[in-house]
Amino acid sequence: MLGTRTQLRRDVLGYMFIAPWLVGFIVFTAGPMVGLVYLAFTRYPVLSPPTFNGLDNLDRMLGDRFFTISLWNTAYFTFLGVPAQVVWALMLALLLNMRVHGVNLFRTLYYLPTIIPGVASVFLWMYIFNPDYGLANYILSFFGIPGQAWLWDPELSKPSLIIMELWRVGTMMVVFLAGLQGVPQSLYDAAAIDGAGRIAQFRHVTVPMITPLIFFNLVVGIISSFQIFTAAYIATQGGPVHTTLFYVLFVYRHAFENLRMGYASLLAWVLFFIILVFTLVQFRMARIWVFYEVE
Amino acid sequence: MGVLRGGMRPFSSALASNTVRYALLIFGGVICFIPLGWMLSTSLKMPGTEFIFPPNLIPRPVVWSNYIDAVTRPGHPFFLYTRNSVVITLTATLGTVLTSSFVAFGFARIRFRGRDFWFIILLSTLMLPDVVRLIPSFILFRILGWIDTLLPLIVPFWFGVNAFYVFLIRQYFRTIPLELDEAALMDGATYVRIYWQVVLPISGPVLGAVTIFSVLSHWNDFLGPLIYTNSVDLRTLALGLRFFMSRTGTDWNQLMAASILMLAPILALFFSMQRYFIRGIHMTGFGGR
Repeated sequence: MLGTRTQLRRDVLGYMFIAPWLVGFIVFTAGPMVGLVYLAFTRYPVLSPPTFNGLDNLDRMLGDRFFTISLWNTAYFTFLGVPAQVVWALMLALLLNMRVHGVNLFRTLYYLPTIIPGVASVFLWMYIFNPDYGLANYILSFFGIPGQAWLWDPELSKPSLIIMELWRVGTMMVVFLAGLQGVPQSLYDAAAIDGAGRIAQFRHVTVPMITPLIFFNLVVGIISSFQIFTAAYIATQGGPVHTTLFYVLFVYRHAFENLRMGYASLLAWVLFFIILVFTLVQFRMARIWVFYEVE
Repeated sequence: MGVLRGGMRPFSSALASNTVRYALLIFGGVICFIPLGWMLSTSLKMPGTEFIFPPNLIPRPVVWSNYIDAVTRPGHPFFLYTRNSVVITLTATLGTVLTSSFVAFGFARIRFRGRDFWFIILLSTLMLPDVVRLIPSFILFRILGWIDTLLPLIVPFWFGVNAFYVFLIRQYFRTIPLELDEAALMDGATYVRIYWQVVLPISGPVLGAVTIFSVLSHWNDFLGPLIYTNSVDLRTLALGLRFFMSRTGTDWNQLMAASILMLAPILALFFSMQRYFIRGIHMTGFGGR
């Protein structure tokens, strides 16, 4: 047993080491969070102090057409975009998992778009998607498809942004690649002996073995996709006809452009709960389809 | 797949399957590369030729003037933007690496009361979306008088605010045998010295990974500078790029040239530290966003 003095010394030392985080947590996370709860029940135009207004913000939110629109846009972008990203990342990882000479070169090349600064990537794609002289329409012309307005077409604005995000799936891809390399060769050998072809091996060996990674990429992808901001802020400014008014852009506008901090605080809390609920639901559902190897 | 490999396969079939493999790899590579190549090509085109349709894929003639024009654009001090980005990135990253490793040391190697409780709190902050922090932090910084300074983009990172890095480093520290600490304690070393002289020097891989993630996230950050700064003098590169666009038209050549200049240091870092980078993602499943 440790003497009380030794334990006390350890306590002091321990808290000394975690002190930077503890202070930072209280000042920059916990404190602000508590403040946010209070602000959600106030009217706070920034330039004058907050005044309590009860449930007015909630009332406003439930009647706010743009609240519904931004939720719908974000859900569309997330539930179409993230599965597409996961599938595309897995396809790329499968390619990169082939054992051929020079595959490392391709791994670097495939990852490269992911390190491009988000802002630069948005500008690049605005140029590619330009309706008058963009590369995208040029490529379509090879197939005899008429040029599109892409980001500036209410029907295509969200799919265009999804395509843009698909280009930067490098992180998901590397996660899958690590997983693929971790699947024991003996499982493939056993499946081959049982007469399984490539496709059957993929379905019955590869996929079950990497379900934890599919799950991980889905959870992380959905959380970050719910928070899309930069692309919509720069490229489309929420348009055309509010089709890219995503939730965080909607919150940003209320907080920093309309200076309705109280209302924006409530909106921020709502997003937090939505993300929390989705993450919990995913963990629930994971019990059904995610396969964890028992050691 | 495995059993057949290296077995009795006709030479021609092996050749064919390798050709298919390379064809697929190259096809994927082309898709990944086209947008990047397009960026480069546009940055080298004669001003004006970027509006031609159908576009020229290869710039003719190749001109470098866009790079010069981009950095000497009147009213948009490119070098000042660069300096701001460099200052923020370096100081915030230094703070991140030092404080997250310091905190991680406490969580990994000292058995103090309440440790598990605080560690769970730390992990739970990982779930918090940034937007929840945004508004109250803005108000806090406004009270402190830090709005329109670089402080909100630097100071919080000297308090280990990024739980993810603390977690990552802590996991690594736990793989280092505790006997090292005990031996050093016997020799009269303090825990601070153990942290600095025993544990840190053998933690290169994880510190490398954290450094890269942190540099990427600060260099590329758009929302932070957008919200906390107003003055032209405080703009970062990420913010500055936006001003190549205007209602009257966009200088695509210059914008792409500036983007490439912004990308260049990141690329250099990526190529020189690729090993740490990929290992970092393997360790965590996250990249630098």
